[in-house]
Amino acid sequence: MQLELPATSLPSAGLQSLRFRVTAGRFAYGLLLILPSLVFLLPFTVWPAIKVVVSSLFLADIAHPQPSFIGLGNFAAEFGNEVFWQVMRNTVLFAGFTVPLSIGLALLLAVEVNKKLRLVGVFRTALFYPTILPTVGAAAIWLFVYAPGLGLADRFLGLFGSYDHNWLGDPALVLPALMVMMIWKQTGYFMVFYLAGLQGLPQEVFEAAALDGARGWRMLRSLTIPLLSGTTVFVSTIALIDSFQTVDQLFILTQGGPNNASNLLLFWLYQEGFRNFNFGRASAVTVIMMALLLAVSLVNYRQLDRAAHYES
Amino acid sequence: MARVVLDRVTKKFGEVAAVNDVSLTVFDREFLVLVGPSGCGKSTILRLVAGLEDVSSGEIRVGDGLVNDVAPKDRDIAMVFQNYALYPHMSVFDNLAFSLKLRRVPKQQIRQRVQQTAATLGLEGLLERKPKQLSGGQRQRVALGRAIVREPQVFLMDEPLSNLDAQLRVQTRAELIKLHRRLEATVIYVTHDQVEAMTMGSRIAVMRDGVLQQMDTPTGLYDRPANMFVAGFIGSPSMNFLSGRLERHNGSLQVTAGDLVLDLPPERAAGADSANTQEVVVGVRPEDVQPAASLVPNGHRPINASVDVVEHMGNEKFVYLSLANASLVARIDVSCPASAGENLPVVVDAGKIHLFHPATEEAIF
Ligand SMILES: Nc1ncnc2c1ncn2[C@@H]1O[C@H](COP(=O)(O)OP(=O)(O)OP(=O)(O)O)[C@@H](O)[C@H]1O
Ligand SMILES: [Mg+2]
Repeated sequence: MQLELPATSLPSAGLQSLRFRVTAGRFAYGLLLILPSLVFLLPFTVWPAIKVVVSSLFLADIAHPQPSFIGLGNFAAEFGNEVFWQVMRNTVLFAGFTVPLSIGLALLLAVEVNKKLRLVGVFRTALFYPTILPTVGAAAIWLFVYAPGLGLADRFLGLFGSYDHNWLGDPALVLPALMVMMIWKQTGYFMVFYLAGLQGLPQEVFEAAALDGARGWRMLRSLTIPLLSGTTVFVSTIALIDSFQTVDQLFILTQGGPNNASNLLLFWLYQEGFRNFNFGRASAVTVIMMALLLAVSLVNYRQLDRAAHYES
Repeated sequence: MARVVLDRVTKKFGEVAAVNDVSLTVFDREFLVLVGPSGCGKSTILRLVAGLEDVSSGEIRVGDGLVNDVAPKDRDIAMVFQNYALYPHMSVFDNLAFSLKLRRVPKQQIRQRVQQTAATLGLEGLLERKPKQLSGGQRQRVALGRAIVREPQVFLMDEPLSNLDAQLRVQTRAELIKLHRRLEATVIYVTHDQVEAMTMGSRIAVMRDGVLQQMDTPTGLYDRPANMFVAGFIGSPSMNFLSGRLERHNGSLQVTAGDLVLDLPPERAAGADSANTQEVVVGVRPEDVQPAASLVPNGHRPINASVDVVEHMGNEKFVYLSLANASLVARIDVSCPASAGENLPVVVDAGKIHLFHPATEEAIF
């Protein structure tokens, strides 16, 4: 027997509104949970971001105190500017070298200082020390390191016969010189993350591998690195963002010179805004930078999802 | 020859001696079971043999060589860890193949050996899975497989069946025994489980607080425990202990413990006599306490007891008895009538009792 309900008795409209009310309730609940972060993110992050996107569409330099809409004109101007491309190239090179090198070095150092060695606390502190120094102060130190002829770098190379380099004045040397300082500054910081990651790994897995015959490099490649992949994704995201935001040391060491050989994106942004007083272009550079960082983070966090299930 | 010898081995963690002056020899192809309460140093012994810890003093020999300073990978030892320790990022196949790859075994041969091992352990369908996608029992079998596939001289197994359900445990136990016969390897096997210890071990070593108490065959341990600890640890329910006195009576030796009066048979009297003591602890296995009717009362005097609790085990029952000033557990046939609250006259088999020094807790004979 079929049970037939009279169509009129189905309060379908009522049900729908009930469903709506339930969904709305859940939405409100969710909103409530993220409210504290929203209170800070909206005025201090989202709103400025929107403003900068808007102002990147306006012509606003010294000649135009009253901004006028020019569409993508600011972007076109940047893309047509040789200096912009040189800055981009420098930035990519800078990130491309400093990120993998500092991460790789951090991992190796973390593995070393994770061993039960004597004085290991001293080593950990010494390696972390550059991170605590303000970048400006650190840059001042490196100014001396790179002093032509007299600095630590030249003295050291002097031992091998090669002397007198104008580290910060030679277009071919200046970017590598900045990279070295960046790596010196960042490695200890990343090492701390790896150290925490290592200490969270199950000891027995490594012991099992030792019994299976793994040692040294093989252990690192087959176990340590894959098991720390979550940490690596996290650290590389931070490292990339940091390298794109490198600016302090340029103020002290090179001002982007010589001839823009060491100019990086954030310093260029500063120059567009506060040297050339072209706020429209500066906003355009900011938007480009935001887009780049967003893309990088997205890629990284997708990998984090993939890596997460290694950690047990 | 893969004999494993521990010669006066001590391992200290700070001030605590986790392993204290232990000497033992595991013969080639022997299946030695290591038992003892939690924290007595069983895992530590395995770790010392594997080379994961360094001894504080003493010598460890595997085969004929001293291995104190030999790296773990060069000892030709495989270990099954208490918590599996599988490589979480590798498939089951790669978990098994890892050690072979490191030894540069040809690919074709790796595949063959892994598949053969997987077949032995019923892992064929799981080779592509990651450890996370396996049940506890399956992980345990992968851990076993990882050890087996290497065909090492010595296996160390740290409670490898502890996380399996009862049925799988029985099954895997049988597998392991077969495997041991087939592989002809030396095995040191740690367990908490009495049944595992008694059924698997060719010999059993009992540890307590880092000290080796006794090492013997299962029946040897059961019939001739060296001290009260071993006597109480091996066997379930535990041996009954009663404090009593040893007295000479009409030329024969008599043990009195409350109502219980037992004439020692002549062959046992000699040993007890030479012990030269009066205060003793009498140890009685639950199966040596029987209802009075079922034993010939030859030198056995029935004593009165009242039944407190009866535990039915299916094929037998455990009866908890109260004597005048002591209590006893008896293990009796299901057919014997006994119910809580009733009186049950029992006899104790005088030929099978154990006597211990009350102070040293050592067996008197
Ligand atoms: N790395 C260590 N540092 C300090 N003490 C330790 C260490 N490893 C073990 N111990 C101590 O040594 C003793 C023996 O430990 P062990 O792990 O060998 O016990 P076990 O017999 O395997 O116990 P269980 O049956 O619970 O596994 C314990 O008291 C333990 O606390
Ligand atoms: Mg243990």
